[in-house]
Amino acid sequence: MSLHAQDDANLRAAQEERLRAVWKPPSGWFFRWTDVNNNRVGMWYTLTAFGFMLFAGVLALIMRAQLAVPANDLVTASTFNQLFTLHGSMMMFLFAVPMFEAVSIILLPQLLGARDLPFPRLSAFGYWSFLIGGVFVAGSIFFNVAPDGGWFMYPPFTTRTDLAGLGADIWMLGLSFIEVSSVAAAVELIVGVLKCRPPGMRLNLMPLYAWYILVVAVMILFAFPPLIAGDVLFELERLLGWPFFDPAKGGDPLLWQHLFWIFGHPEVYIVFLPSIALFAMIVPTFSQRHILGYPWIVLAAVGTAFLSFGLWVHHMFATGLPKISLAFFSAASEAVAIPTGVQIFVFIATLWAGRVVFSTPLLYCLGAIAIFVIGGLTGVMVAVAPFDWQAHDTYFIVAHLHYVLIGGTLMPLFGGLYYYWPLITGKKLSDRMGRTAFWILFVGANLTFFPMHITGLLGMPRRVFTYPAELGVDGLNLASTIGSYLFAAGVLVIVIDLALSPKRAKAPRNPWNAGTLEWLAHPDDEDWGIRSVPLIESRYPIWDQRDFVAKVDEGRFFLPDAEEGRRETIITTTLDARPAQVIRLGTPSVIPMITAVALGSVFILTTYHLYWLALGGAVATLAAVLVWLWSTAEIPEKPEKPIGHGIVLPLYRSGPAAPGWWAMFITMLADATAFSGLVFGYYFFWTVHPNFPPSGPGMDGPGAFWPMVAMALTLVSWATTVAARELNARGQVGAARALLSLGLAVTLASLFAGLAGPWFSDLAPKLHVYPAIVWTLAIWTAAHAGVGVICQAYTLARSLAGRMTSEHDADIRNITVYFHFLALTAIVTYATIGLFPSAS
Amino acid sequence: MSRQSAFSTFGVEAAKMRDLTILMTVSGFVIFVIVAVLFTLAIRARRDTIGHRGGMRLVLWAGAMIPTVVLAALLIGTLPAMRPIQANRDALIVDVAGEQFWWRVGYRTPDGGTITAANEVRIPVGRTVDFRLSAGDVIHSFWIPGLAGKVDMIPGRTNRLVARATKAGRYRGQCAEFCGLSHALMAFDVVAMDPAAFDRWLLAQRSAAPAPTTPIAQRGAALFADNGCGGCHAVAGTVAAGKIGPDFSHIATRTTLGAGIIPMSEVNLSRFIAHAPSVKPGARMPAYTHLAPADVATIARYLETLK
Repeated sequence: MSLHAQDDANLRAAQEERLRAVWKPPSGWFFRWTDVNNNRVGMWYTLTAFGFMLFAGVLALIMRAQLAVPANDLVTASTFNQLFTLHGSMMMFLFAVPMFEAVSIILLPQLLGARDLPFPRLSAFGYWSFLIGGVFVAGSIFFNVAPDGGWFMYPPFTTRTDLAGLGADIWMLGLSFIEVSSVAAAVELIVGVLKCRPPGMRLNLMPLYAWYILVVAVMILFAFPPLIAGDVLFELERLLGWPFFDPAKGGDPLLWQHLFWIFGHPEVYIVFLPSIALFAMIVPTFSQRHILGYPWIVLAAVGTAFLSFGLWVHHMFATGLPKISLAFFSAASEAVAIPTGVQIFVFIATLWAGRVVFSTPLLYCLGAIAIFVIGGLTGVMVAVAPFDWQAHDTYFIVAHLHYVLIGGTLMPLFGGLYYYWPLITGKKLSDRMGRTAFWILFVGANLTFFPMHITGLLGMPRRVFTYPAELGVDGLNLASTIGSYLFAAGVLVIVIDLALSPKRAKAPRNPWNAGTLEWLAHPDDEDWGIRSVPLIESRYPIWDQRDFVAKVDEGRFFLPDAEEGRRETIITTTLDARPAQVIRLGTPSVIPMITAVALGSVFILTTYHLYWLALGGAVATLAAVLVWLWSTAEIPEKPEKPIGHGIVLPLYRSGPAAPGWWAMFITMLADATAFSGLVFGYYFFWTVHPNFPPSGPGMDGPGAFWPMVAMALTLVSWATTVAARELNARGQVGAARALLSLGLAVTLASLFAGLAGPWFSDLAPKLHVYPAIVWTLAIWTAAHAGVGVICQAYTLARSLAGRMTSEHDADIRNITVYFHFLALTAIVTYATIGLFPSAS
Repeated sequence: MSRQSAFSTFGVEAAKMRDLTILMTVSGFVIFVIVAVLFTLAIRARRDTIGHRGGMRLVLWAGAMIPTVVLAALLIGTLPAMRPIQANRDALIVDVAGEQFWWRVGYRTPDGGTITAANEVRIPVGRTVDFRLSAGDVIHSFWIPGLAGKVDMIPGRTNRLVARATKAGRYRGQCAEFCGLSHALMAFDVVAMDPAAFDRWLLAQRSAAPAPTTPIAQRGAALFADNGCGGCHAVAGTVAAGKIGPDFSHIATRTTLGAGIIPMSEVNLSRFIAHAPSVKPGARMPAYTHLAPADVATIARYLETLK
């Protein structure tokens, strides 16, 4: 297909007809919900997260009413504790993080000129998981069983079943489920950024929002798993009595705090960096010039992400840790202000160098930055340990964190809403209502939260359902309450503005005259995403590349057609975005929804101790996943296809060239991170106990023999898998199958050998934390061996069914990645439980 | 300024932190104003008033270099404050354990003994106090804003807080780590005393509780014993030796009740005895509504004699 071919209007119309047919959304009252297209799933995701935000906001309003006057009795202590726990947990887990993922699901394909994300069904699965988990957690308050241990859930308060009831399990299991879906979305976004860029969009031409998506998704990948590891230990203690946090049996409550804040501090930047990303899109548009200092802002984002993993202890300054470590973490916490400063000054410099067009989105950005800077400055204050000893757990912190989150998450999101609404709906929101809302929000936020700095230093702790008049903080609290209702009024104005939107007329295309790729979107957009995938030569192609929009629209770039009636997008190389493959994307299916329901049932039924039913749910989940996988990595009807301009791309790739391989690799990184959380637990107990491991009945074990056997077996199964991959690639399919069958048996044997150590030495996990952590590591590794068995059996079945051949070997290449990580997990586990006791 | 403000300082540490607070607030305000002015200038500026080079220089200096210098200065300046004061040999050791939702207090004596008290901490002015902080059930946090910063009380660990009071007076502390239903109702009185007066007070605390002298107090003591109050509460010199709840040996010398939440009075004592769960949600003390109000009042009268 040459450029000339696209001059033919009839051809273009025919192409559009085919694209339209291929991308037609499913219809019908039920089947419309089986859609997987990023635009619709992203929209559901966004609206749901927005709904949870409003819900959590109402909870805060009830709290402010209670605190309006001293010694108030509007709500009981029990209700109040549920309110603040749910407010914080929902804002973090059901609003801030999912909102980033939701917006990114909508925007990323547009930013990258892709037709959709690489795994549309995974997005849909993430959404349904989020909805189910979110409703489960949020709904608990209507039954008076909402979690009430604070969003940080510190044991032993929360692990004691006599003090913390069902709510604690709802928090742990409901939110673990959502964490799984967050990690799933992170995998999708990382692969999207790395592999779905348009030809020519080298890493250093990527829109800044895509950079931030990459950085934040990688942070999610490494931050959430330690919390998942903590959740595992936490529920083992609550449900089975394994004493990880019980000091009477060798446990330590501080282990939870470490795991929680290793997650919790990066979390702050996970919800803040996407807002900087929005600024980085909005500011250049309204300065009408390129961003100034592109490499600086990218490096600053990466630096912030890196540093954010080294700051967690500043949440624990008052726990009595050695003073020298406090100095180190004080320094690191102050240092994170530097990349933040760089990012803010990049915006100042860009505005300065450009010609500023004042607009509602820009107003939100500037207001947000003003609020955020105050939060950042108080952040530097609390990074100073001696000041934190006063401010910690007081209303000063409440003020600080809300300045950061309102300035660094909420207001930028509202700015982004006014900026991107035309992109999504084709209509502008009202400037008048937007600005009215802005000023109400701005005054409301400051009136609510500024007084709290003083309230805290005057001696009012956080998380109190009431306070005595004697404290002398009634005036300040009343001001905060009035401010909070004002803020709510501002949100209401925005909601009304949104509600009026369907009645308004369409806006022109690219109404802000922006330069980035996503503004190719047309008000009467079709579901195919982009008419043809462009060749990118600039960071702002709409401004810089000649006739860019027309060329895209007329299908003069790549992949302008859907000849085979399949949903497709282009995969490019990771660094320099050379076209590498055309992949066929997942189509609407009920399977993601079914998988989410099945997996959700496992978590929810476990909450109510219905273990047999939960096991049924787990089996159903496994079945659903296998059915889902069976349709993936299909062998195409022809090896390659032309995408225009004389370029012919393969339709099937395996190994590191394929997005599926990357997804496996990235997922396993998250899995390995969770595992390191558990290993950290083992060695943490070793550091806090003078003699660890202890000895005595039920505590001696697991010996070196069985762990070594298990390690050897795992390594054999790893070697057979690698060998099977090689033989299969050389065409010796029969030998590969034989090796896979052998490997399957050996993996199964390693599973039992791994459990044999603690089993035969009668390690009693309820007795002491040592047997408990040994069992946990052994079970974790055995469970992974179990999944390995399934992987090998699945691959064998694919080979036998002719869905995997020596040329089309994605399955075995992907499971080899799994086995690399399994071998690593086994080596660490068995060396730790088998060899470390004799070495220490 | 209330008794619980970080600005009404009566300790060396808190005074240092107050000065640090003021310094950082003023500097923060100045930085905020500078950033706001720069933004205003940036928006008002015409196109290309600074070019790429000028802009990059702004990012380098204002965004990276100056913050680095300011933060380094802040860190170096505050490092000394991170070193705690050393506890010298004649430091008074006070054990405080957080319980849901009250404070178990013990003053160690030179002879190796411990004088038990509850819900009130008394310290001598000018002498170093070495608090040993632990927790009986869940995590609490020991915070006397006017004296020093807070230190968490964590089950299974003993944390230390070394502090020195500089000014006599009555102050207030409160639990700062969320610890359950009545977290908001877990406070205590802090009395900083002239050293001589403190020694006299401590000596008095050492002695057994005074025996009831009036008939009504004697009847109250009998009711106290009959209703099993001694199962949880100790009154030194009597059979009551419970350790589950606060020690009552000298309860009447305290000015507040229920861990610093209501004034000490017969009416409030009666209310607490009869309706503890509603005065203090989640407390382990059950309601004694089955007792006749007159009996409750009689017990309260007895408790009022425990000076």
